[in-house]
Amino acid sequence: MKEKFDAIVVGAGPAGNAAAYTLAKAGLSVLQIERGEYPGSKNVQGAILYSDALEKMIPDFREDAPLERHVIEQRQWVLSKDSYVGAHYRSDAFNHEPYNRYTIIRAQFDKWFSSKVREAGALVICETTVDHLIMDGEQVVGVQCDREHGDVYADVVILADGVNSVLARKAGFHGEIEAANVALAVKEILFMPEETIQERFNIGEEEGVVIEMIGSITDGMMGTGFLYTNKESLTIGVGCMLSDFKTSPNRTSPYAMLEQMKRHPSIAPLIAGGEMKEYCAHLIPEGGYRAVPKVAGNGWMIAGDSGGFVNAVHREGSNLAMTTGRVAAETYIEARAAGKPMTEATLRAYPEKLKNSFVMKDLHKYRDMPQIFHHNKQFFTTYPDLVNDAARTMLTVDGVDKKTKEKAVMSSFRKARGLPGMFGDAFKFWRAVR
Amino acid sequence: MSTATFPIVNVEEKLFQNRYRVDHGRPHIQIKDARICQSQCENKACTFVCPASCYKAEGNGAVTLITDGCLECGSCRIICTEHENVAWEYPRGGHGVLFKFG
Repeated sequence: MKEKFDAIVVGAGPAGNAAAYTLAKAGLSVLQIERGEYPGSKNVQGAILYSDALEKMIPDFREDAPLERHVIEQRQWVLSKDSYVGAHYRSDAFNHEPYNRYTIIRAQFDKWFSSKVREAGALVICETTVDHLIMDGEQVVGVQCDREHGDVYADVVILADGVNSVLARKAGFHGEIEAANVALAVKEILFMPEETIQERFNIGEEEGVVIEMIGSITDGMMGTGFLYTNKESLTIGVGCMLSDFKTSPNRTSPYAMLEQMKRHPSIAPLIAGGEMKEYCAHLIPEGGYRAVPKVAGNGWMIAGDSGGFVNAVHREGSNLAMTTGRVAAETYIEARAAGKPMTEATLRAYPEKLKNSFVMKDLHKYRDMPQIFHHNKQFFTTYPDLVNDAARTMLTVDGVDKKTKEKAVMSSFRKARGLPGMFGDAFKFWRAVR
Repeated sequence: MSTATFPIVNVEEKLFQNRYRVDHGRPHIQIKDARICQSQCENKACTFVCPASCYKAEGNGAVTLITDGCLECGSCRIICTEHENVAWEYPRGGHGVLFKFG
């Protein structure tokens, strides 16, 4: 007998879980297939959870979701080799419930989310890799798994199989990912007593700090570093465009970059004594608006990282994943209720809905950013050094008058970039973020 | 621009903290044609970009691959654009890296 479901969801990350949860809640028969030992065991993220996208599905998630700390302070650091210039935003408004964002540990969070999916009535199968989509002519009608009798069928297949987007690529729905459209990030989790974290970051129990960094730590590449406070651990990581790693003149390895970052004099004291318990690597789709492939076709939709739904500027991904997963599910639910066939013409409603949501609006806003930053590495090299030098010059008391210091600072900027260069950079920056 | 002197890092020490279920005898990634790495690829970017250092440059110009420590990121496949010499699949269900924290 052919096993057939209303919907098959491939992957149990935020996108897949959101899709499977929404479908199961609507009373449909859902099969969700995950290749990891348990949901979360293949998934990597910084990680910050933005409440809003989850709240839309599970309003009372705070009651039992494994959350680390709610974030009350965001720090942006611009680093040189031995210093940083920072902008910090801390507000008591972030200390009032309901909290807006939390640090989380993904393996635990995904396991929890998956338990909600099961409770909602979906059949979740782990330790199973989907090898191929099953086609009937142009129509996706099911999936082929790497176990005996591994062919299963459904009305619609939602591909939430992560950044490598293996299934859609094999099916020819889109081509290979370009190295310039993904960042390779590595990170470590460092354990230490929660009191130590609270003292070092000037926070109370349950309160958290996020530090985002650019500058010398990425060795001239387009990339960022981060340091997040969990309950009893810190997550520290760095990521750069894969194309930059590939052409790195110093042949810099991502782990060497991370190790160097951990030794930075501004970072080392914060992480000192931390016990490293895991080292991860992951790709992040950062091509933005122009890199989003076709995400709906005959019998299939793509959600989450697999569709390139990441807002790199704001470090948002999991909320886009949850939203796209939910919207894909809703598209199917509505089409089915209307008795429509699951053709591309029907499922095109999915990208249309995304166009009207924050997902594509935000990606569209920053559509020029990846290209501009790719071709203007000075934002990651020259400027961080200049800004740090300027701060040091102005803050060093050495008998030189302030006017002379100011001139020296201005001349260092002019020498490095030239006046037209600086105006050009300001314009490019404005274009990238407008 | 300040160029950092990068420390020598033993990535094996990092990987040692991770949990794996290795699918013995069935590597999920393979070099399609070893001769291409040896004779046609100058850069051999996989040997320093792979975050688990699965690819090693040998003295004779060859590149060897051991996937036991693989973090399943996909970088090696994507950077091998000139030669497309990496056959890349996910491990069989339940195998490969098993993140405790992710």
